[in-house]
Amino acid sequence: MALDSKVPKGPIKNKWTDYKNKIDLVNPANKRHIDVIVVGTGLAGGSAAATLAELGYNVKAFAYQDSPRRAHSIAAQGGINAAKNYQGDGDSTYRLFYDTVKGGDYRSREANVYRLAEVSSNIIDQCVAQGVPFARDYGGLLDNRSFGGVLVSRTFYAKGQTGQQLLLGAYSAMNRQIARGKIEMFNRHEMLDVVIVDGKARGIIARNLITGEIERHSAHAVVVGSGGYGNVYFLSTNAMGSNATAAWKIHKKGAYFANPCYTQIHPTCIPRSGDYQSKLTLMSESLRNDGRIWVPKNMEDVLAIREGRKKPTDLSEDERDYYLERRYPAFGNLVPRDVASRAAKERCDAGYGVNATGEAVYLDFASAFERYGKEQAKIHNIQNPSPAKIKELGQAIVEAKYGNLFQMYEKIIDQNPYETPMMIYPAVHYTMGGVWVDYNLMTTIPGCYCIGEANFSDHGANRLGASALMQGLADGYFVLPYTIGDYLADDIRTGKISTDTEEFDIAEKEVTERINFFVNNEGTKSVDYFHKKLGKVMWDKAGMSRNAQGLTEAMAEIKAIREEFWKEVSVPGGANEMNPELEKAGRVADFLELGELFAKDALVRAESCGGHFREESAELDGPQKGEAKRNDEDFAFVSAWEYKGEPADAVLHKEELEFNDIELKQRSYK
Amino acid sequence: MSGKGMNLTLKIWRQKDASSKGQMVDYKVTDISEHMSFLEMMDVLNEQLVNSGEEPVAFDHDCREGICGMCSMYINGEAHGPDRGITTCQLHMRMFNDGDTITIEPFRAAAFPVIKDLVVDRTSFERIQQAGGYISVNTSGNTQDANSIPISKHAADEAMDAATCIGCGACVATCKNSSAMLFVGAKVSQYALLPQGQVEAADRVQNMVAQMDLEGFGNCTNTGACEVECPKGISLENIARMNREYLAATLKG
Repeated sequence: MALDSKVPKGPIKNKWTDYKNKIDLVNPANKRHIDVIVVGTGLAGGSAAATLAELGYNVKAFAYQDSPRRAHSIAAQGGINAAKNYQGDGDSTYRLFYDTVKGGDYRSREANVYRLAEVSSNIIDQCVAQGVPFARDYGGLLDNRSFGGVLVSRTFYAKGQTGQQLLLGAYSAMNRQIARGKIEMFNRHEMLDVVIVDGKARGIIARNLITGEIERHSAHAVVVGSGGYGNVYFLSTNAMGSNATAAWKIHKKGAYFANPCYTQIHPTCIPRSGDYQSKLTLMSESLRNDGRIWVPKNMEDVLAIREGRKKPTDLSEDERDYYLERRYPAFGNLVPRDVASRAAKERCDAGYGVNATGEAVYLDFASAFERYGKEQAKIHNIQNPSPAKIKELGQAIVEAKYGNLFQMYEKIIDQNPYETPMMIYPAVHYTMGGVWVDYNLMTTIPGCYCIGEANFSDHGANRLGASALMQGLADGYFVLPYTIGDYLADDIRTGKISTDTEEFDIAEKEVTERINFFVNNEGTKSVDYFHKKLGKVMWDKAGMSRNAQGLTEAMAEIKAIREEFWKEVSVPGGANEMNPELEKAGRVADFLELGELFAKDALVRAESCGGHFREESAELDGPQKGEAKRNDEDFAFVSAWEYKGEPADAVLHKEELEFNDIELKQRSYK
Repeated sequence: MSGKGMNLTLKIWRQKDASSKGQMVDYKVTDISEHMSFLEMMDVLNEQLVNSGEEPVAFDHDCREGICGMCSMYINGEAHGPDRGITTCQLHMRMFNDGDTITIEPFRAAAFPVIKDLVVDRTSFERIQQAGGYISVNTSGNTQDANSIPISKHAADEAMDAATCIGCGACVATCKNSSAMLFVGAKVSQYALLPQGQVEAADRVQNMVAQMDLEGFGNCTNTGACEVECPKGISLENIARMNREYLAATLKG
């Protein structure tokens, strides 16, 4: 099947408006005869479910947690971008569009990104109307902060928990519709397959996670907003339950999977401390506004620190290597995430890591304490303040800005970051790749849509900070509810979809057989054993830097782990009860396939772009020596993979990317 | 990095399902690092159980960074265990000593029935919010500009403080009356403090309180235990505000 992105014709500024004007609509009386299933209730799924219900559709929403409010969008800390230009610093729709395309290293679809920038302002209006308590200044108007990789202040925030507040907004809109009976909410349910009838997505098979019952649910369209696949690495900042199962099931039934190798490794996370580690914790990127990143210059100091003979605060300024400031004088500590992460890895690989695992660098606020302290002394007219007074005044400012993050750090590491620098290391955080969708957000299965992090479309090869929340809500509130009407307009006479058909029988049988296999298999190893093994291969060979040999090995190794999994996995408990091990087994089985496709995709993409760094594709000399080298001539396309059984046999389809409104340039942060 | 290598005895509530009778069961875990989180210690136990063919202990958890509100254990008689301002997933083993016996129970309340082991059903919270925990505004993309109604920083900050509630239910589990007043108070307050929420304030507080009573939560007798155990430090002031809102709403009729 040839890929058709269905991007409307015309100038980029008018595409979305013109398209909306011509799109088919479903009349309100007919909407109540149409059912839509929404899988996942994070920012994308939650906002879509609420809006579709407001429009009049009958929505069935599914979440594996006990409440829609717990989806992992909740963990986003920093903020949400919008081109409001409230600060009068020259922001505009075009500039947000430009920054996002450039930040994504020119691997996203231009028309989608422009639409995203266009609706970003509506999101803020909508959220304020819903009662989202964004931060405000003393005049009562909304406050903004800055994020990495851009030159304006366009990030709206609610303390350090913007994600929770936006999700609570979408959740409250859902609650209103649940109360009216327009959304039927299925908490503690997991989608285990999609049902295709006459080539169209017409329902799902779901498991009730409390009783273990397998249920059939039909609808005229299925929307998947189930998040990203970062947990393929085992250790990531994702929630423990975050999984790729819904996305992977639709892939196996015909939805192409795009750019799986584009993963964001976030530079400021708390380093791992031991083999028992279950997940990693992110520290907001906003910390890089005031923190300076360094490792010792001399190896003797590194060893002395690791052995506890020296403290980081014992090192003088010229014994420290502020490597980001050294390598990237223009952007310094505020280079984009992919660049900061690779630079940390480079230092640690060279042996300069500052903790026992050798995988940590310092994030130091000492100079921020001093800078703010001096400023405060001046404001409060304190003459000749002592260094201790300056530090005290400065710490108060830093505490007001990042207090909750400092507290979180101290709880986990048991060190006071006001007295000693934080230790950080990059961790898997977000996946830009995902299910391929067209301009309507429809997958290659008619009637099956994919939104939010689960799709591939807007962030290219690297996502900018505060753009994930924007995309999730844009898709759910403002894009999908319009575009889905164009498809559903043909379904007004279809009537209720029956679940008593052969297609549902077959899908349910497959799901049941797989569950029965797990609970009856007399294996010897836990699900986590395999998940950790997969994660190690992914991190070592498809992590922050990749090469052809490593990726080829990764494909073979993942296949071997998968084969062992299907022989040796042990799942205690039964099928007809709450069984968390059984849930995990199904998810890890899917990750074991996705991981191999990921490595294959990374192998095919023999260029470096964004979060995907191929060691063979680096600048060899000149001022950019050692930096990533993108290859627009051969790789300015989206890789969309068609399922053919074994992941190694997946067939590549290319969507060529055209850039009419932006000139392709090398990203330089020097 | 190896820790102190603590050896611990765990007394854990095991219950097959909602209709079965539960009981405390003893387990041993060894060589537990002080750097582990409490839930990582539970992972160690569960791995041990799986490897010996036994059913692992079911417990709710997800984000493991203190924000989703899913984790819910009652540890040594305290919701989310010893230490303040944290959820169970943020509790670390350095709070315990070698040789300790740790008692682990589910959150207990008539309105939070046990589903399995340490997993409880908190959908009563869902229904309270469905009764009025929202502002009746449709998604149109044409709502007025976000800055058209200035909101004083003080009110916005107070609304934010109320909105930090993660809906974990520690307040209910802690309260000797199993009252949900702190939770409902926080939800009512967030909206009551914002001009957008004031339009429906009177109906909201009455509907939410009615649903709260219907779910079987107890009354507030001002012991303040909920505020102490709340991982997000939600203030008792929110209960007082809800009471004022409720009184005003019912007097208006």
